[in-house]
Amino acid sequence: MLSKFQIFKIGFFDVAPHLLSVIPFGIIFGAIGIELGFDPIMTYATSLIIFGGASQIVFLQLLSGGASSLIAITSVGVINSRHLLYGAVLSEYLNKLSLIKKLFISYFIVDQGFAVSNIYFKKNKGQNFNHYHLMGSGITLWLCWQISTIIGIFLGSIVPEALGLKFAIPLTFIAIIINELRKIDHLIVMIVSGLAATFFYNAPFKSYILISPLIGLFAAYLIFKFKK
Amino acid sequence: MTWTSIFIAGFITYLTRMGMIILIDKDVFNENFRKILNYVPSVVFPSIIFPGVLLNDYGTLVAITDPKIYGALTAIIIGFFSRNVIITIASGLASYWFIIFVF
Repeated sequence: MLSKFQIFKIGFFDVAPHLLSVIPFGIIFGAIGIELGFDPIMTYATSLIIFGGASQIVFLQLLSGGASSLIAITSVGVINSRHLLYGAVLSEYLNKLSLIKKLFISYFIVDQGFAVSNIYFKKNKGQNFNHYHLMGSGITLWLCWQISTIIGIFLGSIVPEALGLKFAIPLTFIAIIINELRKIDHLIVMIVSGLAATFFYNAPFKSYILISPLIGLFAAYLIFKFKK
Repeated sequence: MTWTSIFIAGFITYLTRMGMIILIDKDVFNENFRKILNYVPSVVFPSIIFPGVLLNDYGTLVAITDPKIYGALTAIIIGFFSRNVIITIASGLASYWFIIFVF
């Protein structure tokens, strides 16, 4: 049986390839915060307190553009509402943990960590200490996000814009779901939600990130009913 | 004011992370609902991927010849056959850069 530390390490190694997009994104975020006129401490504080890449950029952009706090906060809430879905999925696996551990581990739930740990959980159902995988992936992402934000704050956009590293973000997500492409039901659901997101992209408060997964889940429900 | 907003935004974000994990008891969801939840990665990540590839910084559709489209297609094809995360990402970036810098 694997020890806690071994499982933690698997979490680290599983999420490591995704640092290719997380680190440049963190640097870009730090640089953007300063460019928008926020001081270094405030820019960094969003990484520590909000800890949600895309939502932090939107938050600072809205505030610097003169939007009200209410609008900025609402946008962050809407963008990050996808965590509710992650939590619903993960709750099955984290069920036996104490309240304190649940509260602690929740802070580290982000897209890439959820994705790799969810795959691990599905493959290793019933094994002890599985949550150390989520801690391994989550804490790795957290550390890299904090450090890369600080690098961006102090060194500016050292990532050349010509490299277009923003494109690494969709690429890492493609890598995450690539194996599900083999299943026709998943493929349909992916196309439905992806097209919905593209269509609703300009909806207020970035709500496409909530609307399109819900449309996708509805498609999944229909497929599920149909298969029955 | 900004500080207050940061703390409120952070608190709400934390609630979205922690809410379901704390509230949901294992038996709340029936088997069918669990099966639907299996699709969560397949509905959330394409919602990030599609706009990231198909739209530009201004939220309008890119041209069919955009390097991002070739990069994404390469990553999907190579990823499908290699089943390897690093190779998927690297092949996508490589083909994207090839089109930008060589053509």
